Amino acid sequence: MEKEKLLEGELTPKDAKHLLYLMVLTRAFEENAEEMYALGKVHGTMHLSIGQEAIAAGASSAITRDDYLLNTHRGHGHFLAWGGDLNRMMAEFLGKENGYCRGRGGSMHIADIESNNLGANGIVGGNLPIAVGVGLSIKIRKTNQVVLTLFGDGAANEGAFHESLNMASIWNLPIIYLCENNLYAMSTPFDQAFKIEEISQRAVAYGIKGVTVDGNDVFAVHQAVREAAERARYGNGPTLIEAITYRWRGHSKSDRQAYRTREEVKEWMEKDPIPRFAKKIGVSDKEMEEIQERVKIDIQKAVEFAENSPEPDVSTILEGVYA
Amino acid sequence: MRELTYKDALHEALDQIMAEDDRVFLLGEDIGVYGGAFGVTGDLQEKYGKDRVVDTPISEAAITGACVGAALTGMHPVGEIMFSDFVTLSMEQLVLQASRIRFMFGGKATVPMVLRLPGGSGTGASGQHSGSYESWFIHVPGLKVVMPSTPYDAKGLLLAAIEDPNPVMFFEHKLLYRTKGPVPEEMYTIPIGKSQVVREGKDLTIIATSVMVMRSLEAAQKLAEEGIEVEIIDPRTLNPLDMEPIIASIIKTGKALVVHEAVKTGGFGAEVAGRIVESEAFAYLDAPIRRLAGLDMPIPYNRNLEYHAVPQVENIVEESRKIVQGVY
Repeated sequence: MEKEKLLEGELTPKDAKHLLYLMVLTRAFEENAEEMYALGKVHGTMHLSIGQEAIAAGASSAITRDDYLLNTHRGHGHFLAWGGDLNRMMAEFLGKENGYCRGRGGSMHIADIESNNLGANGIVGGNLPIAVGVGLSIKIRKTNQVVLTLFGDGAANEGAFHESLNMASIWNLPIIYLCENNLYAMSTPFDQAFKIEEISQRAVAYGIKGVTVDGNDVFAVHQAVREAAERARYGNGPTLIEAITYRWRGHSKSDRQAYRTREEVKEWMEKDPIPRFAKKIGVSDKEMEEIQERVKIDIQKAVEFAENSPEPDVSTILEGVYA
Repeated sequence: MRELTYKDALHEALDQIMAEDDRVFLLGEDIGVYGGAFGVTGDLQEKYGKDRVVDTPISEAAITGACVGAALTGMHPVGEIMFSDFVTLSMEQLVLQASRIRFMFGGKATVPMVLRLPGGSGTGASGQHSGSYESWFIHVPGLKVVMPSTPYDAKGLLLAAIEDPNPVMFFEHKLLYRTKGPVPEEMYTIPIGKSQVVREGKDLTIIATSVMVMRSLEAAQKLAEEGIEVEIIDPRTLNPLDMEPIIASIIKTGKALVVHEAVKTGGFGAEVAGRIVESEAFAYLDAPIRRLAGLDMPIPYNRNLEYHAVPQVENIVEESRKIVQGVY
């Protein structure tokens, strides 16, 4: 750990520790979200990313904040990893006026255009056609940026997936298609929805590079995204990355999880990406406790900030509506 | 003033704005060398290159989504959906993305995109290439809906639509492409959300859209020979709808007829009639508000059947006469 660069993925030890903090923070955010839901403090639904924290950490750290992010409905981790402010995020989660979207979007539509975070999307595959436009815009403006586009295994079976990957391929657009394959599209297991073994195999159909990585390994994700970004910036077009992971919780709050066994969930919980990463970067148990303590305080502060934030004024209900 | 066809007026608008504004680019199917299925983009690819006049695969959802993504990152894309019927393949991107991104993101994002949509019947294109879909989109908050009826309006409204920070559905009519009218050479905009009185009269107010404005004007001439003077209003923008001139006109005439090509049920005419009834004009009505619209059916192939599926000049004459004479 004395080395300036870790061998894998060119992350410095400092970077790596920050990523670990973000992963712990994401999990705490999700656990707190569950708790607040149970207490009736938030309404609607939410899609928790517990168990999938390594992908956000690995991907966001592999590109710059001049690049673009297109996020999914299960995107709290990506939002935080991109640099989202925890307080304003929590405020949005509680539907408050000083949340990122003034309480109009909520968890499923959180965005921060100013930081090139073009938003989470509530429609499965909804951001895939949009990615083409962001890619085209980069190409026309010649800005050398890339766009990190996230989606799940379910989205890979939408027609929009095909239209988007085909267009991006023929025009060599700088798009990183990062599929978070958590093995279930709501309740539908991967092998019931795909004849192929790996989603990345579909890259062949578009004449682009496809790769499947261990989505619970920060370094593996980081490396794949870094390579994809390099290809994209050199004008070599998009890459399809499939990161295999597992969603520990149900699809949303209404999910009783009748479609999988407790043993299977347990098995995956043993592959927890957080202690795995901590061990890999040599963080001691004591340091881990410190991180967890810091996270606990950060979450508490964010909840306080959000709870003390004003509700949107009903008189402003039509703001942002022009037709 | 110099005269141009509706098609050339649209072409000129695109040409002039592209020369001036780097953010504007075009994308759609066969809009490059082919020049667009109806010839609107013409030689623009030759002039501005393949990066700014982008020929796409046949992928309407991705064309529409590409407009959204480009718009979100500061560009002003103009997409072409070859036949407006194919917008059925773009619905998710329009209804769930383009229209509501600005609102959902707390007003902090804008989607300045235009989707050009050639539509309408009268060309023998039958049941999947002749529809009129504008009223679907007035039901979607967040989409502006524009429908020019003259070459002058076509140019001015297209330039206004491209400048607009919000998504605009731009409905063109295939039968209007060859119609001619005065068009200034310089760039100009016609404000979105402004209705226009295109003919003054005292006996009946006709609210007509797109090709029905032309047919209503022809009907008006015939009615004038009988001593009936109709006032014709072209809303030009269907959403947001400017009711003021319509209400003022009905206060004067006491009678209203809405004419559009799209099917009657759930159509734009119902919305206009509803708004009239809710307005102060209601007290001035001395006849029921009537709607003359496409029959509630797909557009038939047979020439004569096609003709009879949508309002024609003689239908407008007859309906107007009935209203004015109080015989329904």
